Parts: sequence; C-alpha cells; structure tokens
Amino acid sequence: MSRGIRDKVAVIGMGCSKFGERWDADAEDLMLEAFSEALADAGVEKRQIEAAWLATAIEEQHVGKSGVPLSVALRLPNIPVTRVENYCASGSEAFRGAAYAVASGACDIALALGCEKLKDTGYGGLPQRSRGVVNGFYWPNLSAPGAFAQLASAYRAKHGVDPADMKRAMGHVSAKSHENATRNPKAHLRNRISIDDVLNAPMVAEPLGIFDCCGVSDGAACAIVTTPAIAASLGRSGVLVKSLQLAVSNGLEAQHNSWDGSHFITTRIAAKRAYEEAGIRDPRSELGLIEAHDCFSVTELVTMEDLFVSQEGGAITDVLDGFFDAGGRMPCQIDGGLKCFGHPIGASGLRMLYEIYLQMLGRAGPRQRVDLPGFGLAHNLGGLPHLNVCSIVILGSA
Amino acid sequence: MTTAASPGILAFGAYVPRRRLQRQAVVEAVGWFNPALKALGKGERAMANWDEDALTLAVAAARKCLPPAARADVDAIFAVSTSFPFADRQNSAVLAEALRLPSSSRSLDIGGSRRAATGALISALDRATGGGSTLIVASERRQARAASRQELLYGDAAAALVIGEGDALAVPVGTVCTIDDFVDQFREQGRHFDYAWEDRWIRDEGLVPILAASIKAVLERSGIAPSSISRLCLPAAASGAAARAIAKSCSIAPTALHDELTSTVGDAGCAQPLLALIDALEDARPGDLILVASFGQGSDALIFEATDALHGAAREHGVKAAVAHRTAETNYFRYLALNELVELDRGMRAEVDKATALSALHRHRDMVALVGGRCTTCRTPQFPRSRVCVNPACQAVGEQEPYGFADLIGTLQSFTADVLTYCPDPPQYYGMVQFDGGGRFMADLTDVLDSELQVGQPVEMAFRIKERDATRGFRRYFWKAVPRVAESRT
Repeated sequence: MSRGIRDKVAVIGMGCSKFGERWDADAEDLMLEAFSEALADAGVEKRQIEAAWLATAIEEQHVGKSGVPLSVALRLPNIPVTRVENYCASGSEAFRGAAYAVASGACDIALALGCEKLKDTGYGGLPQRSRGVVNGFYWPNLSAPGAFAQLASAYRAKHGVDPADMKRAMGHVSAKSHENATRNPKAHLRNRISIDDVLNAPMVAEPLGIFDCCGVSDGAACAIVTTPAIAASLGRSGVLVKSLQLAVSNGLEAQHNSWDGSHFITTRIAAKRAYEEAGIRDPRSELGLIEAHDCFSVTELVTMEDLFVSQEGGAITDVLDGFFDAGGRMPCQIDGGLKCFGHPIGASGLRMLYEIYLQMLGRAGPRQRVDLPGFGLAHNLGGLPHLNVCSIVILGSA
Repeated sequence: MTTAASPGILAFGAYVPRRRLQRQAVVEAVGWFNPALKALGKGERAMANWDEDALTLAVAAARKCLPPAARADVDAIFAVSTSFPFADRQNSAVLAEALRLPSSSRSLDIGGSRRAATGALISALDRATGGGSTLIVASERRQARAASRQELLYGDAAAALVIGEGDALAVPVGTVCTIDDFVDQFREQGRHFDYAWEDRWIRDEGLVPILAASIKAVLERSGIAPSSISRLCLPAAASGAAARAIAKSCSIAPTALHDELTSTVGDAGCAQPLLALIDALEDARPGDLILVASFGQGSDALIFEATDALHGAAREHGVKAAVAHRTAETNYFRYLALNELVELDRGMRAEVDKATALSALHRHRDMVALVGGRCTTCRTPQFPRSRVCVNPACQAVGEQEPYGFADLIGTLQSFTADVLTYCPDPPQYYGMVQFDGGGRFMADLTDVLDSELQVGQPVEMAFRIKERDATRGFRRYFWKAVPRVAESRT
C-alpha cells in the first residue's frame, strides 16, 4: 500500500479570476488575473516557482496545445510547464501534477493553473467537436446534458421515484446554488431563482431544463503549493492536502451490463480511496463542506450518494431537507458551484479548491461559514456518466 | 399444380417507412400555387426519415426477407434502385456487409429504369435454374420538387425477394421483356429531380399500349387465357383509368386489377412492381396466377403461380404488415425539411466536419455491421469488440469471437430526448441499449414517433445513416435503436 499524499503538500496561495462571459478578456488575461492573486496570497516571488501545470480542456478552440501559453502569459523563467487535460477534471489534474512534484521532493514550490475561454467559440453551450475517428462510427449524437440527463431516467427506475419528485429535488439543487452565488462577487450567474423557475424552464435534454444546467463561462483559477515545512517557514498556517484521488472508467459502464446507469462507479471508488487516505471514517459527520461537480442538477443529486454522504436512494430527502444548503449541515456549492460560479472547464477543479481554501481560512466574505470546516471535499468529474474520470481532493487544516 | 423444389420465389419482405405524409396536408400548403394539384389530395404516401435512403430502406426490406439463419445460402445480391446514394461505391456491397452476407456472393447494382427490378427478377429466375440463390432488393427514395405532382405521387419503400430452388411460394409461368425508349420522364446523372412530359400523352401513347402489348405477349407465350389471371399488378403510374383500359385491352376482368398501393405507399418507382407482387401473393391461394408488369423504356411482364407453400409464408414481413405499421404525418414542412427542400437555419452545431477516415472505416467494417465480440474465456458478449474482456471477473486478453447484435432485441436502460445537439428531426433521442446475455452500447434512437419511452422498453436495431458529410458527398451508416411498437397507430 502506498503512503499516499496526506499532509505532504500545503496550499499557500490561491487565486481565481472573475468567472463569466468575459468579452473583455483573452485567456492570457484570465491566467494573469488568477495568478496575480495567488502569488500575492502566497507571498513568494515568481522566480521561486520551480514547475507549473496548465489545465485547458478544449484546446482546439482555446489557446492551443502545450505548456507554452502559460509560460508566455506569465513570462515564467523557462521552468518546466506541462499542459494537462482530463475532460472537465483537467483543473484537478493540474493540481495533482503540482502536488506530486512537491510531495516527491522534486520541487519546493509548484504552480497549478486552469483556464478556459469558452465564450469565443460562438456556442451557447459547450462547443461541438470531433469525438475521435472510431468513436464517431458508433457513439450516439449526444450532448453533455443528454448524457447526464439519463442518470435521472435510470435513477427513477431503480428507486421507483416519481418524475415530479425527482425534478423538484433537482430544482432545489439549482435554486440553492443560485441563492449562494448572490453572495459571490466572482460568480458568473448571481440572480436568484425559484424552484418553479427551474421546473418551468425550457427543456434542453429531458428531464434537464435550462436551469438544470451549469453556466458556460470564461475564467481561470490557480494554486501555489509547497511542503508543510516551507509553508510554516513562510508563516503560513496552511491548508494541507489530505487526499488526492483519481478514478477513471475502464469501459465497464459503457459495455458491461453490471452498471445500472443511476450512479457514478468512479466517484464511489475515488471517494473510498480518498476517505481512507484522509483518515475519514464517516463522511456524513466529518466533512464540513463539499464542492461537487454540479455540471447538471441531477449530477449533484446522485453524487451526494456516491460520496457516501446521503444513503443510497436518500439524496432527494437530504436535498429537500436543506442538508446541503448554505446554512445546512454540509453546504454543497456554497460559492454557487459550476451552476452559478460558472464552469470554465480547465479552471473548475481549482475553483473548487479555491472556495474550500477560503472557507478554511475564514476569508470567504459574506458567504463564510461561521464554523470553519475541518475537511472540505472537491469532487471534479470529467466526461459522461458512462465514460468518465473522477477526481476527489480533500483539503484539511494543518 | 406445381410441385415444390422448383425455381421460384422462396421468401419475400417489404419495408415501408412509418411516416405517411397526408396528401391533403400537402395540397393545403401548395394548392394556392398550383390548384391542379388539389385533385391529388387523397390518401397518403410513405415518407422516409432523415436517416433513411434507398440503401437503408433496402437493408430493412432484405432483413425482413432473410432471417439470419438463411443468409449463408444467398450467393448473389441484386440491389435495384434509381435513387441509390452512391454512383461509385457498390450499394449492394454495403448492403451485403450490413447483413453479413457471404463475401463470395455476386453483387450487382441495377438501376436506370423503373422496370429495373422486374429485369433483375427475370435474371434471378434464370440463375435459379442453374441452382443460384439470389437476393433481389428494390428500393427507392426519389426526390421531388416542392409543389410537384411527383411530390404527391411518389412514396419511399423497398421490397425484397429471395429467388432460388426450393420450397417456392410462387413459381414463374412465363416472362417477356420489351424495349421501347418511350421517354415519359427522365433524370440525368447528377440531377435530383425527375422531369416529366404531359401525363395524358404518357397514358395514351405510353402506358396503355406498351403495357397492354407486353401483357398480351406474356399471356400468349405462356399459353394462359386472360380470364385465368387472378391478379394483375400494374405500375402505380397506370392506376385508375389507364389500368382499366389496359385490362380491357387484354381481356382481363377489371376485378383482377390489384391495388397499385398508390393511396397507401405511393409510387415507389422500381420497387413498386415487387411491392405489388408481394401484396398480391399475400392475398393469393395456391394455384392463383399473378401477372406483374413494369414500365420504363419498355415493359417486362411476368406470370407467377402461387403454390401450397404460401400457407407457411411469414406474412408479418410482407407488404400488408408494412403498410399497416404507420403514423400519419400532417406536417408538410417537416417533409420539406427532412428532404432538404428548404434551407433551414441548422445552427452552429450542424457545422461540424463529418469527415470519415476511410482507412479506419475499412478496419472497423464489422463494427458498422454491429458485430461486437464474445470473450472466448467467459462468453461475455461486448460491443465494440476489444482485446481485453470488459467483464471485471475475467479480463482475458486475446481474440474475441465475432458476435452480431443487429438481430437481437435490446432493452432501453436509460434515455433522453435532447434538443441541444443538432438533429435534422429533433429532439435527438438516445440511450443505453443493452442485450440479454450481455453487451450494451449508448445508441441513437430513431423513429420515436408517438411512443412514450420507458426504461426497460424493448428496442430493435435498424441500419440507418449515421452522418452525412455534405462537404465531400459521403455518408456513413450505423445501427440505431427503434422502439418496438406493438400495434400501429394513426
């Protein structure tokens, strides 16, 4: 058994650009915006950073391949820069690269930055793109909402849930995130909506309406990590990485009839590993905060079960009881989440960590939890329910 | 009575797209422009879905004709159409691979005339006397200009026959062919639409005399009295007054005139004579004589005698069942859109390059026939075929044996109706389709016309257009799931 990464990496600086339709900004502007905040926060010099990881997902319509765009945008001193991509979990992948560099002892200080400039594609949602030479022969003509929407049909069938009850819980998920984002000046969507607004919104992919879908945003987020010893020498009380896990589908969901389509196999696997690494035995009582990958309302709903916070079949009740509301027992998307903070793909995993970091340090402003969370979990999913990658990062206090 | 084990029609199958465009809806929309069309506003015509072309219609009809177990017996494929998608890529070869017919088969594309299928049928009968077993499939999806007579008269459909020696349902009594370059209508290579001359001239100088001569010739050659003909199947173009004139001229009772399917299917071009023949066979009693005649730069005429084997024919695959499996379409604009007769604002999502890597397509041509793999260790079927078994308890590495899914009934495990992704006929339905005994894949659904989808719903697989590459003029095919509908609705 490997020793894992628990308590080997400290986060000393984080930054996040304003998310949204940033008609004013290029990707390079967004990178600099997030980096400048993180660098000032960390209290180190740019020249002290020894390696960097850049996360961008849709490189065909973005800054292009390689680590060069980050190195140029920030004028980094010819350090190693690597571009990573793992669907919508790309930001977490950049963080993993930087954290592993520090944990291995190869670097003292490393940078992870994720960025996506989606609003130059001309599309309302995610841009349409090639699925690969052979995949295109047989994959359906799907969209992301259409793939995730199917969770609802399978979940309803498995648990015997009335479609109206399911949709109402999904409406609560979205209305809650909109409410939370009103207290987040960096969020993309800051309007308050009602559950009825969600229920009555135009359909995108049955049963997901427009308010069941997250924002498509421009933005960047950034983390600077180092060893706990260096963090202490810098006078940073520090937020430590307690676990960092990634589980990737191997085709079972897509090809083997053992998967029922109502949940995420990868999330369950990554969550078990992450709790073990972090020493968490009962996530429902020990976690203080969740940033989940709420690309769609139904994703957040079923993920609460896959993270073993809600009982299987119990997420609807927990959601409707307000368990995950900002003032509830375990806030989920206290910053608005993908739904309202926004979803610039490469940045999202780092944006989740940004919020957990702020909340742990008591720096989240008007949306700050009074009781500082001891553990915060970032669940960053990429791909489609039947073919995906799931990253779970748990941060905790030193 | 003819005995069994003669060369003849061994099996039949028909496919008619489920949507039936109501002619009244058409004339309501276009009558202001051409009031003469109002006379054609009766009945309905079959209307292919956006993902169907003459080739997919042919595959559908051939599948009804040829159960999987019988496919190895075929040694020739005659694919007949004037509207096949490819001018250079053998359409019969695409069909053969979709159906996994023996690669040693003789494959021929036959077209050029609305009587091409009867010519193919006569050739197949010739082959049968030498022991050959031929699949003939005639199929048509002809384009017509908006507000044209053809738009109202034509219909999209396909018919298939297996011709060979064996327990024949019907055996040939006589055949004749006549060439006469009478140009009632024409379509130059590369053109989309037919151009027709005046219909009265066509009737009086073309249809009636040419068909009557051909029918008289086959009767005479066969030594059959006109009064012995139970059913006379004429081209759709010769329905009504022309048909009565032909029957009278040939001394065949008007009661023998068989339904040309004009009010239900429409004129299916070269497929129509075979559709009418199958329809007549479904009604026939052993010993009945059926005369079918075609028209187009001449005429072919054939007489068949029904045999006792008809009792055992699978009628659920015939014309009557296909005609009954229908949904009325009253949206003329949808017809225009699905036939690309209006330029819709299809949006940015329709702009994606649909290029096909032909090298990869060839490497995966069994995938395009919906052939997956079955692990030789744990026997788990899986799609696509892979080197490492997907069963987590097995994961054997090695060659999986080919395993076809196309003829299995699947079950819908999850689904959605997507209005975001581009689809010519939104919403785009898709879902996880899984098969008893193993195997699943996320599949497009098509022909979800009036059924409420449910988890657990049975689906059957259909060979359809997957992508059209308008830039290069290519189309790629794959299999989609079609909800099984117990009975037809109106």
